[in-house]
Amino acid sequence: MTDETTSSLEDDYLSAADALPVPDEPPGDGPFLDVSDLRVHFPTDDGVVKSVDGLSFQLERGKTLGIVGESGSGKSVTSLSIMGLHKEGTARISGEILLNGQNLIGMSREKRRGLRGKNMAMIFQDPLSAMHPYYTVGNQIIEAYRIHHNVSKAVARKHAIDLLDRVGIPNPKSRVDDYPHQFSGGMRQRAMIAMALSCDPELLIADEPTTALDVTVQAQILDLIRDLQEEFNSAVIIITHDLGVVAELADDILVMYAGRCVEYGTADDIFREPQHPYTWGLLGSMPRLDRARSERLLPIKGTPPSLINVPSGCPFHPRCSFARLTGGASETEVPELRDVGEGHQIACHLSTDDRMRLWTTEIKPNL
Amino acid sequence: MLLFVVTAITFLIFFGVPRLGGATADDLASRYVGKTATGQQIHQTAERLGFTDPLYEQYGRFIKGLFVGADYDTGVNKDHCPAPCFGYSFITRNPVLPDLLDRLPVTLSLASGAAVLWLLGGVATGVVSALKRGSIFDRLSMGVALAGVSLPIFFTGLLSLSIFSYALGWTPPGGTNPVEQDNPLDWASALILPWITLALLYAAQYARLTRAGMLETMEEDFIRTARAKGLRERTVVVKHGLRSALTPILTIFGLDLGLLLGGAILTETTYSLPGIGQYAVLAITNQDLPKVLGVTLVGAIFIILANLIVDLLYAVVDPRVRKA
Repeated sequence: MTDETTSSLEDDYLSAADALPVPDEPPGDGPFLDVSDLRVHFPTDDGVVKSVDGLSFQLERGKTLGIVGESGSGKSVTSLSIMGLHKEGTARISGEILLNGQNLIGMSREKRRGLRGKNMAMIFQDPLSAMHPYYTVGNQIIEAYRIHHNVSKAVARKHAIDLLDRVGIPNPKSRVDDYPHQFSGGMRQRAMIAMALSCDPELLIADEPTTALDVTVQAQILDLIRDLQEEFNSAVIIITHDLGVVAELADDILVMYAGRCVEYGTADDIFREPQHPYTWGLLGSMPRLDRARSERLLPIKGTPPSLINVPSGCPFHPRCSFARLTGGASETEVPELRDVGEGHQIACHLSTDDRMRLWTTEIKPNL
Repeated sequence: MLLFVVTAITFLIFFGVPRLGGATADDLASRYVGKTATGQQIHQTAERLGFTDPLYEQYGRFIKGLFVGADYDTGVNKDHCPAPCFGYSFITRNPVLPDLLDRLPVTLSLASGAAVLWLLGGVATGVVSALKRGSIFDRLSMGVALAGVSLPIFFTGLLSLSIFSYALGWTPPGGTNPVEQDNPLDWASALILPWITLALLYAAQYARLTRAGMLETMEEDFIRTARAKGLRERTVVVKHGLRSALTPILTIFGLDLGLLLGGAILTETTYSLPGIGQYAVLAITNQDLPKVLGVTLVGAIFIILANLIVDLLYAVVDPRVRKA
C-alpha cells in the first residue's frame, strides 16, 4: 500500500517535470513565484507524515506573503522545500514550484544550488545556531557572496562591510571581523539578513525571523526587512506563528493547518473579516493591550493533529466549536478552498450565513 | 608540579611499597649484586645506592640531581652526572638520560608516523561513514573499527609480522634504521608495519568518534545555512561540518598522543624497535629504578606537552576559546 502511494507520487513528480521543459521565460510572464499543489511527505516507520498536503499560492515581486500557523502546520517544511533544503531521500515532494517560470521541483541538483543564495535566500529563526561559530561574520557573508560572484576576497569584503552597514550594524569595518558570539541577538539577526541579501535575492524567505529576539529588537528587524524589501524589490515570505509580525509586514496572509491552506486573503481580509474558525481561534489567542486583563484569552482547545493520521474530513473539526453546524460534512468531507470574496478564500463547510452570524454575534465582540 | 607528583608516586611505589611489605634495604639491594655476594657486600651496595637513607632523602637526592646534577658512586669509580641528572642505572651503571635520548628518535618516529596515519585514516573513514550512514561502507568500516579497538597489538603485530615480514618478505622483521639516513624509504619501510599496527588501534576509535561527531554536526542549523547559501556539498561537509566535528577529536588526540607511550611499549616490544617503550620494559623487568623513573618522567613530559599543544590548538580551532 505504501508502495502504491510512493509510485503515484513519483509519477506526479515525473509528469510535472516532463510537462514543463522549463524555458527560461522572461520574468513577468505569470506570477513570480507560483506554488501549486505542493505536497511534501516524509515516509517513516510509523507511516507517511504529510507535512504539506496540496498547498498552492502565488507571490509577486515587491509583495510580502505571511504564512501563519501553529507548530507542525507545515510552514517551515514549505519554505525548506522551496529552497530545496530537504535531505535527499527523506522527503517526497510533488507539485510545482515555479520561480520566474522555472520549476524548482525536478530541477537538477546543481542548477538548484545555483539558485540558492542567489535568486532565493533564507533568514533563519535562531541566528546564533544558524551561523557557524568558528567563522567571522564577515567571512560568512563573504563566502555567501563569492559562491555566486567571481570576485576577489577584498572586493567581497568591501561588499560585506557595505551590507553590514546597510542592515544597521554600527562600526561595520571592525565588526566584520567579529565572531557571531560577539554579536548581540539582534545584531546577529541583522548579520544573518545581510548574509541572505548578499546576492540581491529576488525571493527572500524569513522563517520566524524574530522569534528568538527581544520584543524591542523584533520591531527593528521587521522594519529592516520591510525597508530592504522596498529597496531590493524582492518577494518576501514571512513564516511565523505570531500574528503581530504578519500584521506588521504582510500584504497577503496564508493560514496553514495540518499541511493545508485553510484561509487565504489580504492582511485586511484576515484581520478585519476572518472567515475560518481556525483563524478566529488564532486571533482570539493573541493577547491585546487594549483589553482588560480580567478577560481571558480564547485559546484554541486541543493540540495540532498528528500528520500521520490526519483527522478525516476537515482536519480542524475535532478542535472546531462549530463543526456540529455543518451536518456531519466536517467529519467526512475534506473542504475545498472556495472564494468568499475578492481574493479571499477559505476551506470550511460552514455556510455563509452561519459564518456571518457567528462572526458578528460570537467572535467579533470577544476579539 | 605534575612532574614532581609523578616522580614522587613512582618513588613511593618502588621503595615505599616493598618496605610496607617488610622488605629491608638489604633485600632491595640484593637484586643489584651478584648471586654470590655476601651479606657484607649487599649491605655496602645498599648504602652506596642510598637504600638505607629515609625515603624523603632519597627522593630529595633525585630531585636535586635533576636541577643541579649529582655525583654518583658507581662502585667502580665516582662520576659526576650533570643536570638534568635522571640518575644512574643500578645495573648497567650508565647514566639514564643519554640512553633515553638515544632511544627517543625511534619512539618519536613510531608515534608521529602512527599518529598521522590514524588521524587521517580514522577521520576520513568516520566522515564517509557518517555521510553514507547505513551503507555497506559504513557497516563494514564500523565493523573493522570494532575489531580494531578490540584486537590487542601483540596479536595484530605478530600476525602482521608473520604475514608481511616472514611469509611475504616485504618488510624487515624488526629493528629500525635511523631517521637521519640518506634514504628515508629505508626508515619508513622498517616502521611501516609498526605504524599500521599502532594506528589501527587508534584509528578505529577515531573513526567512531568522527562518525558520531559528524552525524551530530550535519544536523546543525549552520549546516542548513551553509546549504542555503548555495555552497557545494563538499564545501558544506568539510568547511562547515568537519571543522566543528574536529574539536572534540582534537581533545582526544592530545590525550592519546601523551598516552602513546603505553601503546609504544607493546609495539616496540613486538617489533623489537629500540625505543623508549622497549627500554621501559627492560627497566621494569630488571627493577632498575632510575631507568623506570626516567621513562616515567619522559612520559609525563610527553603528556604535558601534548596537552599544552592541544590547548593552544583549541584556540586556533574555536574562536570562542580565545577571548574567554
